[in-house]
Amino acid sequence: MSALRKSSPLAVTGKYLALAFYLTFALFPLYWLAKIAVTPDKLIFSEGTAMVPSSFTFENFRTVLIATDFLSYFKNSLIVSLGTAAITTCVAAAAGYAFSRFDFRGKRLVIALMLITQMFPLLMIIAPIYKIVAAVGLLNSLTSLIIVYTAFNVPFATFLMQSFFDGIPKDLEEAGMIDGCTRFEALRKIILPLTLPGLGATLGFIFTAAWSELLFALMLINSNDTMTFPVGLLTFVSKFSVDWGQMMAAGVLALVPSCLFFIFIQRYLVQGLTSGAVKG
Amino acid sequence: MARIELQSIAKSYGSVEVLRDINLTIEDGEFIVLVGPSGCGKSTLLRMIAGLEPISGGEFTIDGRRMNEVPPRDRDMAMVFQSYALYPHMDVARNMGFSLEIRKAAAEDRQSKIQGAAKTLGLTGLKERLPKQLSGGQRQRVAMGRAIVRDPSAFLFDEPLSNLDAALRVEMRLEIARLHQRLEATMIYVTHDQVEALTLADRIVVLNGGDIQQVGTPLDLYERPANKFVAQFIGSPTMNVLRAEAKGDSIALSGGTRIQVEGDVPASGVSELGIRPEHIHVAGSEAAQFSGRAELVEHLGSDTNIHVQVDGIGPFLVREHGHVPVNTGDEVGLFIDPEKVHLFAEDGRSLR
Amino acid sequence: MMSTTKPAPGKPRARPSFYFRYLVEPYLYISPAFVLIALVMLVPLVIGVSYAFQSVSLLRPFETGWVGTENFQALWTDRKFWLALKNTFWWTLGSIFFQFFLGLGLALLLNTHFYGKRLVQALVFLPWAVPTFLSALTWAWLFNPTIGPLPHWLAALGILSEPYNILGDPDLAMWGPITANVWFGIPFFAITLLAALQSIPGELYEAAEIDGATAWQSFTKITLPFLAPMIAITVMLRTIWIANFADLIFVMTGGGPANSTQILSTYIFTTAFRKLDFGYASAIAVALLVLLLIYAVILLVLRRRLVKI
Repeated sequence: MSALRKSSPLAVTGKYLALAFYLTFALFPLYWLAKIAVTPDKLIFSEGTAMVPSSFTFENFRTVLIATDFLSYFKNSLIVSLGTAAITTCVAAAAGYAFSRFDFRGKRLVIALMLITQMFPLLMIIAPIYKIVAAVGLLNSLTSLIIVYTAFNVPFATFLMQSFFDGIPKDLEEAGMIDGCTRFEALRKIILPLTLPGLGATLGFIFTAAWSELLFALMLINSNDTMTFPVGLLTFVSKFSVDWGQMMAAGVLALVPSCLFFIFIQRYLVQGLTSGAVKG
Repeated sequence: MARIELQSIAKSYGSVEVLRDINLTIEDGEFIVLVGPSGCGKSTLLRMIAGLEPISGGEFTIDGRRMNEVPPRDRDMAMVFQSYALYPHMDVARNMGFSLEIRKAAAEDRQSKIQGAAKTLGLTGLKERLPKQLSGGQRQRVAMGRAIVRDPSAFLFDEPLSNLDAALRVEMRLEIARLHQRLEATMIYVTHDQVEALTLADRIVVLNGGDIQQVGTPLDLYERPANKFVAQFIGSPTMNVLRAEAKGDSIALSGGTRIQVEGDVPASGVSELGIRPEHIHVAGSEAAQFSGRAELVEHLGSDTNIHVQVDGIGPFLVREHGHVPVNTGDEVGLFIDPEKVHLFAEDGRSLR
Repeated sequence: MMSTTKPAPGKPRARPSFYFRYLVEPYLYISPAFVLIALVMLVPLVIGVSYAFQSVSLLRPFETGWVGTENFQALWTDRKFWLALKNTFWWTLGSIFFQFFLGLGLALLLNTHFYGKRLVQALVFLPWAVPTFLSALTWAWLFNPTIGPLPHWLAALGILSEPYNILGDPDLAMWGPITANVWFGIPFFAITLLAALQSIPGELYEAAEIDGATAWQSFTKITLPFLAPMIAITVMLRTIWIANFADLIFVMTGGGPANSTQILSTYIFTTAFRKLDFGYASAIAVALLVLLLIYAVILLVLRRRLVKI
């Protein structure tokens, strides 16, 4: 924006200092997590506040993976997050498509209901959900978590998908319908291939959200076999509150899937931001 | 081959009526242009014919077969969109062949049809390109190619040239005219540009406010407009319209000036007089019926446009062939060609 | 449903599915979403509100039934509730203040040109991707003097008298979750504000520069007015979100010590989760909902008055 303005050296230095501050603030906690995870047990206290440990080990990761229920938590979380992300994206894509392409009786009502779900404290329904889930005998099951998480995420994902569909001209599927497609064929062959980035971004968002949900999982799951990662890690903390290295190693492992997904979304995020800039 | 009939077709969104009582028969092989200002319902009518909008009332038939409820894919019509609507993720060849792909046509057949259309439109070298790698004119050609490949019973065009620059527009206009001569297919073409309408159409349908104002050949509309709206919409620059009154066998303008008119003058009901700019002439003082001051003179080379302010009557546009030595500020005598005068009633209806 | 669409009288030909589809198709697309939301969110919401007027406690299973406003009367005299309300206020205000200003600063920085911008952008947005429970644990560990450097640094700077865990100090504990929340929330503001910044046409700045505006004038006369609607809406939504956001506090302090970090949403959760007293938890939730609604209405009215666009 101020490409024409000559920046004073002071301003430039200030800018890079500010950037350095933000980078440090953002990355330091994660660095610390990783640092303790690779510090050998005997050095944890003696080098508690040293920036770099004097030796490294992957022993903590090995212990966490082999000697604890970590892999089971990981698997449960993966099932729940992938299931939630896949179902939510399908349901939200259909609803977002309807919002984007049709005018129908009750549309405003449905949109209003969806907005309401974004406003009230989700904790408000934690008690009724518990009673309902208990009544249908789904406590301690991953299915109940997938259903609940899907419902929580559908409204936001729907609005997201709607905006992606809005970005694709209506003419395209009309051209497809004239070329011989049914509406559904046109959606499948023409619109969906063009929304792939949008579908990817939605999948990523929902996966991350489901991966980190804690309170409902805590309420609905108390059997060790079906614990998701956050619940497992939290019980892990209270069980072995002294073994810092292992906890940090578990933390680093929990970070991996969401960071992978973030890198995946990041591309579309930056793309979305800059394509707007190019147009403007 | 298609003879398209619209019988009292209507369209409304809730309580808003967009089109009412549209009756039109389009003969096989005819080039029909729907023209009108924006919001007149011309695009809606085209989209109803295509099957993209449901028809609220009336009957739409092709060769006698009722089509109201037939989905677009079974209407055997091709459409060229204003935005071209090329599929961004398919290359030119696949874009053109998509309809055949959907209908599961044999691969060789598909290839030869794509090849044929590409050749006709000069797209042979571009078949592997994606739409985003094409210029506006090339995209336009691909959109037309997509229509030709199908060999449909009718072509629909929705303002196909309005996204092109002026020179390209003229070129593509000729291309469409040639295409019509070659294919002899029924074509329905929507535009707001009267030049496109006049040059392309066998018959023009003028729409305004959801009603058909007039249907006729280009010359019909120019010479015998049914009402003031058509008179002012067709022809460029726009027809001058002045308040007027019948006085015996002549017409009195508001300033008291009398104009002689060739032929009969209706005894009553005359409310306005219309005269095209090309039918008023600059005249010497003895021939002049009235005079005014030239406020602005535009020398176009082939023509000269003179904007004249006449006291008591109002502003006039006069168009003379070639160069006329009039300058801004000059006093100009004017003469109205008595054969070319149009008269309108209070409600806009043409009286002659 | 299909079988009931008879041909209209007087129309000899059968009406195929064309109109039927125009009418019904959108509902086919919308119904899975609608059914899910209705069953999993709206029905429980109504039930949740009704719980507020009942006695529903799993620990006292025989004392169920309608109790009128008893839960709310108990709430009115509950010292913990008023403390939690006060804490909610400071928690929300502190978090939103730093998140917003630091986020705006970051967005402005990212809207300039510098080397390695794409990488920097990906890295500074990273905290947003970290699962909440993990952010909470990480920050709890950072504040722990045996394992984390923060208490030692704070002591070295003279802010703390000695390196101890501030999460255990009732006077300072709230700053722990707020710091974690700020860390986690900056990217959200930076992303939305950056998107808004990039939609401001560059010609405006060029015009302002030609007109002789200083950088500061460009910022206050062009950037801020353009961002204002976006700021208003994101701050409002985010405030509500933060007020409802219990995870960080629950994991880091569990509301302690001595309820000094107990906010309304953690109070709801602990009441439901630990005491299994669903009636009272729902009453707190209804109170929180009403407060948030009042807040939203006030903000919307203010926005209509202040923002012209």
